[in-house]
Amino acid sequence: MWEYTEKVRELFLHPKNAGEVKDPDAVGEVGNILCGDSLKLTLKIDKETNRILDAKFQTFGCASAIASSSALTELIKGKTIDEAIKVTNQDIAEYLGGLPREKMHCSVMGREALEAAAADYRGEARPAADEGEIVCKCFGVTDKKIIRVIEENDIRTVEDITNFSKAGGGCGECIPKIEKILSDTLGKKLIGKPQERPKALTNIRKIAMIQEVIEKEVRPVLKADRGDVELIDVEGDKVILSMRGVCAECQMAHITGRNIEKKLKELVSDKLLVEMR
Amino acid sequence: MKPIYLDNNATTMVADEAREAMLPYLSAEYGNPSSMHHFGGKVHRKIESAREEVAKLINAEPEEIIFTSCGTESDNTAIMSALETTGKRHIITTRVEHPAVLNFCMAQGRKGCKTAFLPVDKSGRLDLDNLEKAINDETAVVSVMYANNESGVIFPIEKIAEIVKSRGVLFHTVAVQGAGKIEIDVKRLPVDMMSLSGHKIHAPKGVGALYIRKGTRFSPYIIGGHQERGRRSGTENVASIVAMGTACGLARNNIAEEIVKMKRMRDRLENGLIERCPDAIINGDKENRLPNTTNISFEYIEGEAILLRLNEHNICASSGSACTSGSLEPSHVLRAMGVPFTAIHGSVRFSLSRYTTDEEIDFVLKTMPPIIRELRDLSPFGR
Repeated sequence: MWEYTEKVRELFLHPKNAGEVKDPDAVGEVGNILCGDSLKLTLKIDKETNRILDAKFQTFGCASAIASSSALTELIKGKTIDEAIKVTNQDIAEYLGGLPREKMHCSVMGREALEAAAADYRGEARPAADEGEIVCKCFGVTDKKIIRVIEENDIRTVEDITNFSKAGGGCGECIPKIEKILSDTLGKKLIGKPQERPKALTNIRKIAMIQEVIEKEVRPVLKADRGDVELIDVEGDKVILSMRGVCAECQMAHITGRNIEKKLKELVSDKLLVEMR
Repeated sequence: MKPIYLDNNATTMVADEAREAMLPYLSAEYGNPSSMHHFGGKVHRKIESAREEVAKLINAEPEEIIFTSCGTESDNTAIMSALETTGKRHIITTRVEHPAVLNFCMAQGRKGCKTAFLPVDKSGRLDLDNLEKAINDETAVVSVMYANNESGVIFPIEKIAEIVKSRGVLFHTVAVQGAGKIEIDVKRLPVDMMSLSGHKIHAPKGVGALYIRKGTRFSPYIIGGHQERGRRSGTENVASIVAMGTACGLARNNIAEEIVKMKRMRDRLENGLIERCPDAIINGDKENRLPNTTNISFEYIEGEAILLRLNEHNICASSGSACTSGSLEPSHVLRAMGVPFTAIHGSVRFSLSRYTTDEEIDFVLKTMPPIIRELRDLSPFGR
């Protein structure tokens, strides 16, 4: 049995804003009955101010899908469309006091319905999550959607991609593709935005920082691909590493090594050089 | 408040008699049945009388029964033994088996075994022609369940066994759901091995049994000491074995009346729900079904939501929906039967026991229709 919060239970048993608003100004429909959950969001919007006057939902799905839908309507009522669209799936989950990890896709469905409704109101074509190439055929999930949940939820594992998007949760055939999307997306993150770094470093501070970067920035990414790396030693500016797991046999290990070097240069010191053992 | 427990295919209440019988073996009677002294010997004799009780439930001989830790262990042991003793690498089973068989066969597949998974029709019935065709010279064992845990559909085990035996192949059946709910007689049924589980028949969890017909070549799965005459090593789970013996005795003594009683209540529940809830469909062959099981799909709504609403009224049932399966995929049994996904998501299984009362059935009949209505009001597909 799932461990639901009291708030999920409350909104599941006594949902707020269930039903359809009369003559809606925007409709957002996502999911489908075959996949096991589906949400229809209807909004009444003040055309002058773009403010959401009323929001109602109809949901086919489990307790957390119903509670997430109800939470969404509570979160967006009274907001303008521009404000409402900033509501994330994390906001929905937080409103509910958290959701079981396996049920996070319910909160994502809420956010998608909101985007679909906003697009409908603005007379735009379908929202971004529908675009791209279908990766998971069982649940009709596109690569764009997978990349988005990775980025928005700081996802590091394929399992979490399934938890948040359902992708890969069916026959499992697409899991290698999902793994690739994950490592590509995280790879981009790895060489992502520059961060502040100290100007002068003591030796101890330098080693500590190298360790931290390896632990926090490098290993999780490699582990997502069933690989790993170990910090063997630091001799002056030479960082000695050893590849583990699948990385140990990987022919691309030198590229991984260069990426790690890049990361260390960026976050610790320009002078650092990586050596593989 | 006592739950209204209608999930007896998942597990059952431990019978008072079974619990009473096991208690001494959790306190004063702690001897090791393998010991030479009288203190252990007494325990040994108690295990042997439990073995007799288990044997009698299926009309077997005591020496044809070995105790295991659970139904899964019995299933794994039986199939593994068939592979080992025949040296053959082909298994035949069905798409609707319990994971203890399905996943075991898949795991053997990674070691070079081939498995044929026989399909079932819309009512969950097997086409016996398919079975005949699937048997070949490499077939080590055919494993077909006696009755399905989700749909309650009973397979024609006698006919299946005859086909399999006429081809000289070993036949294993999982009777975990059948035992105690229908009369089983291995003297009339040419099965070679049969799995049983304690906790489905009012014994505690953690004990099972495997029937191995006299003369069947056998290779143990768990290897160690001489317990169970070397066929299943490991010091016996004495208290649970004793309880299983008692539970089998109880089941055997009252089986005829219990079948009638459970079937009457099940039918009342099923017909009552179908009458009171529109767009509800019964899954599975109504003619050949366990007397205690009904599997009903409520269209336009999702099973987990139904279960949790029932849970608020202390009613325990289960569902084949994806959200309740622990994965994102709905029931493999209902999918194999070709039940539309929409209906699988809204499926609810009620499984009764000898302890189910008419008052409980009345309470469900009163409580459930409004739940179905309310959830349909929430659904975009509801009416």
